[in-house]
Amino acid sequence: MKALLFERNIPRYAAARVVSSLGSGRGVTVAPLKLTDIDEPDLPGPGWTRVRPRLAGICGSDLTTLDGKSSRYFEPIVSLPFVPGHEVVGDVEGPHGEVAGRVVIEPVLGCLARGVDPPCPACAVGDTGGCERVAFGHLKAGLQTGYCADTGGGWSERLVAHSSQLHPVPERLSDEAAVMVEPAACAVHAALAAGEMEGSSVVVLGAGTLGLCTIAALRQLTLPGTLLAGAKHPAQRQLASALGADLVVDPNEVPRAVRRLTRSLAAGAQLTGGADVVLDCVGSADSIEHALSVVRPRGRVILVGMPGTARIDLTPLWHREISLTGAYAYGREAAGTNGARPRTFDLAFDLVVQAGLDRLVSAHYPLERFHDAVEHAGSAGRRGATKVVFDLREQPRWRKTGAAG
Amino acid sequence: MSPRPGFVLEVDRSMPPTLIWHGEGFRLERLPVGSRVVYPPESRPPLDDPDAAIRHALLNPLGDSQPLPALLRAGMRLTIAFDDISLPLPPMRSPDIRQQVIEAVLDMAAEAGVDDVVLVAALALHRRMTEPELRHIVGDRVYDAFAPHGLLTQHDAEDPDGMLHLGLTDEGEDVEINRRAATSDLLVYVNIDLVPMDGGHKSVATGLASYRSLRHHHNVRTMQHSRSFMDQHRSELHSSNWRMGRHIAASGVNVFQIETTLNNDTFPDQFRFLQRREWEWSVRDRAGFLAVSKSLDRTPERLARSIFQSIRAPHAVTSVQAGEVEAVHAQATEHLLAQQGVDVAGQTDVLTMGLPYLCPYNVNSVMNPILVMCLGLGYLFNMYRGKPLVRPGGALIMSHPTPWAFDPVHHPSYIDFFEQVLAETTDPLEIEAKYEESFATDPWYIHLYRTGHAYHGVHPFYMWYWGAHALDHLGGVIIVGGDPAAVRRLGFKPASSMADALEMASDVVGPDPTLTHLHVPPLLMAEVT
Ligand SMILES: [Zn+2]
Ligand SMILES: [Zn+2]
Repeated sequence: MKALLFERNIPRYAAARVVSSLGSGRGVTVAPLKLTDIDEPDLPGPGWTRVRPRLAGICGSDLTTLDGKSSRYFEPIVSLPFVPGHEVVGDVEGPHGEVAGRVVIEPVLGCLARGVDPPCPACAVGDTGGCERVAFGHLKAGLQTGYCADTGGGWSERLVAHSSQLHPVPERLSDEAAVMVEPAACAVHAALAAGEMEGSSVVVLGAGTLGLCTIAALRQLTLPGTLLAGAKHPAQRQLASALGADLVVDPNEVPRAVRRLTRSLAAGAQLTGGADVVLDCVGSADSIEHALSVVRPRGRVILVGMPGTARIDLTPLWHREISLTGAYAYGREAAGTNGARPRTFDLAFDLVVQAGLDRLVSAHYPLERFHDAVEHAGSAGRRGATKVVFDLREQPRWRKTGAAG
Repeated sequence: MSPRPGFVLEVDRSMPPTLIWHGEGFRLERLPVGSRVVYPPESRPPLDDPDAAIRHALLNPLGDSQPLPALLRAGMRLTIAFDDISLPLPPMRSPDIRQQVIEAVLDMAAEAGVDDVVLVAALALHRRMTEPELRHIVGDRVYDAFAPHGLLTQHDAEDPDGMLHLGLTDEGEDVEINRRAATSDLLVYVNIDLVPMDGGHKSVATGLASYRSLRHHHNVRTMQHSRSFMDQHRSELHSSNWRMGRHIAASGVNVFQIETTLNNDTFPDQFRFLQRREWEWSVRDRAGFLAVSKSLDRTPERLARSIFQSIRAPHAVTSVQAGEVEAVHAQATEHLLAQQGVDVAGQTDVLTMGLPYLCPYNVNSVMNPILVMCLGLGYLFNMYRGKPLVRPGGALIMSHPTPWAFDPVHHPSYIDFFEQVLAETTDPLEIEAKYEESFATDPWYIHLYRTGHAYHGVHPFYMWYWGAHALDHLGGVIIVGGDPAAVRRLGFKPASSMADALEMASDVVGPDPTLTHLHVPPLLMAEVT
C-alpha cells in the first residue's frame, strides 16, 4: 500500500533543519519523508481493526517533526520508521474487507491499546493523555498513532487502531468536519485546562488551526469576560472573530490591547496588570515570553502549541508568580454536571458542529503531492489557509477551497 | 501701500505650477486648466507699539467691563490663564504676545498691591508643556518669578481637588472648571486668536474645563451641527460654550478677557516663497525654494522634522482688545477676518489642499495619521463661512506623507485608537458610543496626562469628531503620497500622484470635475457664497 514514511536518517534530518529555517514546511523537500509502498500493518492483538483513512490532516507538530525541529525529548517515545498522521477520519474495515462504519481516531496510545493490565493510574481514570506507559506493552514506543511504527498513521492507505481509539462519526457530519475533531479535542482540553474562566480576560496567542479551535472551545465551553486574540493574517483575523474572539489584533499589538482591556498601567514596556489567562497556541520562545508579559500577576499561562526547545527569560514567571502549564492531549474532562467526566472527544464532536469548524479545512491534496501539501501547510496563514489535509477517498479529488492559494 | 486682499485665481496655461505642502516638504503641481486657487490675503501691517496697544486695551476695556486697574486691589486672589502651545502656529518669535500681555497685567497688579497671583496654562485636555516651552510663552522673567514658587501651573483636568463643579447650564451641561480660576476674585484670560474658533467663552469654558464638562460639546452631534465651527453663529460648539460661559459668569466668576490677533507673517525669510503667489516669485524666491527643497531632499526625515519644528513665525500683532468676553471676541473676530477673509463664489466638485508639517497638536512632535485627518477634515476643510468650498458629495484630495508613525510620549492613546478602534470602524458615532468612555477613563492615559507630556486619553476621539462634519459632507477622501496602509486605516484612498488622485476623484464626482485648491498656510477663511 501507498504510504508516506518517516525514517531515521540522520543526514537528511539535519538537512531538514537547515532548509526549514527558510520557512516552516520547506524542510519536506529534504526531510526523511518519502512516498513508498509498504506492507499493511499487522493487527497487534485482540480489539484491533484496520482503518482506511479518508482524510488525514497535517498538524503543526507534524511540521515541526518534518522540519527537524522537534525536541530530542520525543526520541524515546516514538518508534521509527513511522507513518505520520494523527488527525484521521476513515472507514473501519470489517473482517471481510467490507466497510464497517466511519470513525475518527483518538490517537493517544494508552494502556488499553497497549494491552497493559492493570492500566496506569492516569488511564485507570480515563486520562489517557497522561498515560505513563507510552513506551511499553505489546506496541513499540509511540505516544500517538502517527508516531508509532506498529500502528501506521493517517498519511497512508491503511492503519490499525484499537477499539478504544475509535469514535463513530454521525451520518450528518462531513469528512471535513470529522477530520477537525482531533484538533478540536486538543482545544477543548486546553480550554478546560485553564480552569475557572467565568468573567476572566483571556488571551489566545496564534490563530492557526489550534488557536482558532481554542477560541471556539473557549467560547462554547467557558464563559470568558473578554476573549482577545492575536492573529497575524487577514483570513485568520476574520475567522478568529467569527469563532468568538471579542477583539482581534496583530500579535505586536497584543500588549497594548491587553493593557487597554485590563486597564493596566505600564512601567516601561511591562504591564503592571494583565490578562487572567493566556493560552499560547504558537509555542515559540517569542510567544511564550509574550504570554508571560501580558498575563497578570498570579495569572495562568497555558502552552497549547508544542514549544520544543526554547530559551526563555523566566523572571516574570518568578516575580509575578505565574502558573505555567501545558495542555497536550485529552481523555476525560471534569466538565460534566453531577461529577460526570465526559470524554474530550465527545465534547469535541459537539464543538465541531456548533462552531462549524469544517470551514477550517482549506485545501486537499493526494499523497503524491505531499511536497506541495506540506509546504502549503507550512505557509497556511500567509496563504489564507488553515487546515491542509491529505485526501485518500476513492476518487482523490484534490481541490482547493476557501482562500487557499 | 495697503496689503492686497485674498485672491481667487483661475488656472490657465501660462500659470506656473502651484506649490503644494506635503508634510515636511512641498510639491509643485500643475493643476488642471480652469481650476481655482484660493490665496490668503497679504499680511496686514502690525501695530507699531504692541506694549502701548496692550496698555491701551487694559485701560479702555470693551463691553461693560471696568478698566483692569479698577478691578485690582490688595488682598485679592488673581488668576491669569493663558493659551497653551497649540497657539499660534508655528510658535511665534520671542517675545510671544502672551508674555507681553501677562507682563502688563502683572505690572498693574503689582501697582495695586495684589500679591496672591497664580498663572495657569489653559491646557484643557492637551499635553503638559516642558519648561522650555513654557518659558517661550511667558518669557524668562515671568517664569523665574513664578515657577520656582509653584505659582506657574498647568491646568490638570484630572486633579479631583483642583476642579470645581459649578452646576449645570439650563440645557443640562455640566460646568466644571479649574478650582483656582473659579474661586479667584478675578480671572484674567490671555488669548491668541489664530482662527475664529479661538477665544470668546471657549477660552474659560474649554481651556480650563474637565472631560466631564467638555463632553457636552466635544462630541459627534455637536460637530455635525456646526457648519462651520469657525462661524460662531452657525456652530453648536459655540452655542454650548456660550451657555457655559454665561453660566460661569452667573456663578460669580469674574472674567477679564484679553484677545490678541496676529497677521499672516507665518514663515521666516528663508521660507519667504511660501507666502508668495507662484507667478510673482522673484529670482530670490525661486532660489529660496530650490535651496530649501534641495536640502530637504538630502535631509533624513528626522532632521527635516527638526528643521521645520524649529521654525519660529515672525507673526506680528494686529490687535489687542480687553474687557467683557463677548464684546472682546466680537472685535477680535473682525480683526481676524479682515486678515484672513477671502470671498469665493460657489462650490466645486473637488477640493485639494496640501497639508503642512504642523497642526495644533504636534508642536515639537510628529504628525500622526489621526492628526492628518484632523488637520485636513477638521481644520482646513472648515476654514469657511457660509458653505464649504466643496459641494456635498464632492471629493477632498489632500497631499501628505501620512507616515504610520506616532510619538509615544505625546500621543499614547492615539496609537491604540489607530490600531484598535479604527481597525474596526471609522464611523464617528459608532466610535463615540463604543469606545470613548473607556479611553477617557483609562487610568494609564490619565496617569500619562497628569505626570508626563501626553494628550488625554480621549483626545484622539475629539480629533476624529472634528472631522465628522467633513466625513458626512464628502463623497470621498484621497491622500496623495501617503503611506497606503495608514491611509486605508483612516478609511481614505491612497494615490501616488495628483493625476491619479484626480482620476480617482472623478469616480466619485463624475468626469471633468471643477476643482478648488486651498493655498494654505498662511491661513485664510473662505467666505463662500
Ligand atoms: Zn496534532
Ligand atoms: Zn496508561
